[in-house]
Amino acid sequence: MIIAQQYGRPLIDWAWIGNHTDELWERFVEHLVLTGLAVAIGLALSLVLAVIAIRWRRTYQPILAASSILYTIPSLAAFAFLVAVFGLFSLATALIPLVTYTLLILVRNIVTGIDGVPNSVREAADGMGYRPLRRFMTIELPLAAPVVIAGVRIATVTVVGLVTVTSLLGRGGLGFFILNGFRKSIVSSTEILVGTVLVVALAAGLDALLLGLERLMTPWRRGEAA
Amino acid sequence: MIKLTQVTKTFPGATAPAVENLSLEINEGEVVVLVGPSGCGKTTTLKMINRLVEPTSGTITVAGQDILSMHAHELRRGIGYVIQQIGLFPHKTIAANIATVPTLLGWDKDKTAQRVDQLAQLVELPAEMLGRYPSELSGGQRQRVGVARALAADPPVLLMDEPFGAVDPIVRANLQNELLDLQARLRKTIVLVTHDIDEALKLGDRVAILNVGGILEQYGSPEEILREPANEFVEEFLGGERGLKRLALMPVSAAGLRPGPVIDVNTSRATALQVAADNATDWVGLLDQDRLLGWVFTADIAAARAPTDLEPRPFWVTLDRESSLREALDAVVTSHARVAVVLDGDRYVGMLDIDTIGEGVTE
Repeated sequence: MIIAQQYGRPLIDWAWIGNHTDELWERFVEHLVLTGLAVAIGLALSLVLAVIAIRWRRTYQPILAASSILYTIPSLAAFAFLVAVFGLFSLATALIPLVTYTLLILVRNIVTGIDGVPNSVREAADGMGYRPLRRFMTIELPLAAPVVIAGVRIATVTVVGLVTVTSLLGRGGLGFFILNGFRKSIVSSTEILVGTVLVVALAAGLDALLLGLERLMTPWRRGEAA
Repeated sequence: MIKLTQVTKTFPGATAPAVENLSLEINEGEVVVLVGPSGCGKTTTLKMINRLVEPTSGTITVAGQDILSMHAHELRRGIGYVIQQIGLFPHKTIAANIATVPTLLGWDKDKTAQRVDQLAQLVELPAEMLGRYPSELSGGQRQRVGVARALAADPPVLLMDEPFGAVDPIVRANLQNELLDLQARLRKTIVLVTHDIDEALKLGDRVAILNVGGILEQYGSPEEILREPANEFVEEFLGGERGLKRLALMPVSAAGLRPGPVIDVNTSRATALQVAADNATDWVGLLDQDRLLGWVFTADIAAARAPTDLEPRPFWVTLDRESSLREALDAVVTSHARVAVVLDGDRYVGMLDIDTIGEGVTE
């Protein structure tokens, strides 16, 4: 930005924004869709892994270990590797790393949430004649919701940030503008700034939305604070 | 109604069985209390009846049907279950909690809602509580919801695992009385587990005293057990004051009530003094028809023209016919007159003194 100002141009070129609203919107939606897909697939996968970890307790540590190894792979390295397998513009190339980054957080939070359900509640459910699947879906999962959603919030914000990196693959959502801004012969501070602000806004907006969803899903907790 | 035959449970990894060769028969409509020290397998025994614990060997039948021949979840939907920690579902409203089993059974909405209202009334839960969540209720209210939930589908059998263990003594006594009232109306077959012998003696039609390892030491009515403990273990487990505990189980009507030194208020002075003399007391009670007005000292009668002129002193402690002999004993020792006055509503029934109470016990 200091560089930009050296060229005597304003930090933000409002006209550029006005001329690119369609493209901004398109990339914004792309960013949102990639994030949504990654978190949704991650959540579904994590649910399966968490159920396995809960049912066969011995698998929990290995599942966590595997997830954290995936988590520690630098995103750039992962993308580079997957480009070799799936090609540059493949959706899978972008999604696979995004999904793997959610697993550690989500699996751990789901298992922790389910573990937090009081045993008396579980015993009562069994004693009343709940079958295991129904107990899990209608008793344990709703009670674990606050912890699970806390995990989803962290995962979502992380993924929003990571999607920016996938712009290197040509599927970057708002990351496209940031990258583009740097690539120009004269660095475009407008593109970089607009891209960044929108990414931050998207992350904050999704986080707030999920917080609202949690409030909505857990009306029973309102009385507890008192 | 429930029959355990040679039931043994050995938990995986345990050296000794938690319950060994236990045979027990529970009749329809009776309350059987399983009581014993920790490690006596009482809770294990209870949980084997709804298959939360699977027996290692032996057979259990409920209503003539071998429970192992049924699906566990279907068996459980037909048996009410109440636990100490209550285990209400925190994320469901009170109404939804009560409706648990009807919902599992797929009742339609109207029928379920109707049943929920009916149960709220039955356990005396204010209707405005139905829309609230468990965290908004007191311990006693939660326990009532737990009982209502267990009764929701009107199961013939109710299993209760230390149902009143988590509430304070005053609430506990109330809940115990409510359970007895409820049972008088519903006539369920109830198996209740407690470690509290007094609770067992109060609630049980029959009490099964278990020893460590699920050994059945004695099985009988509270009165039988107190009168004739089967062995030293039972005697010790019953603790002190066995006589008083028996008195607590007997209604005053079990003892021969005496008319006592009581006269009609319009009786002459001479008769009044004669009645007092016959009963060897220095006072007489005054009746107006069958209503007891109070009592007066014979010395005052002697000084007065007639008993009607005197201001009768009230009997501070009166009992009704349903009171226990233990309460009667308490009344005797705390009253000046050394008698317990028994009323039926307003009507005077008779008196008990310490000798009458003693006779009631030895009979």
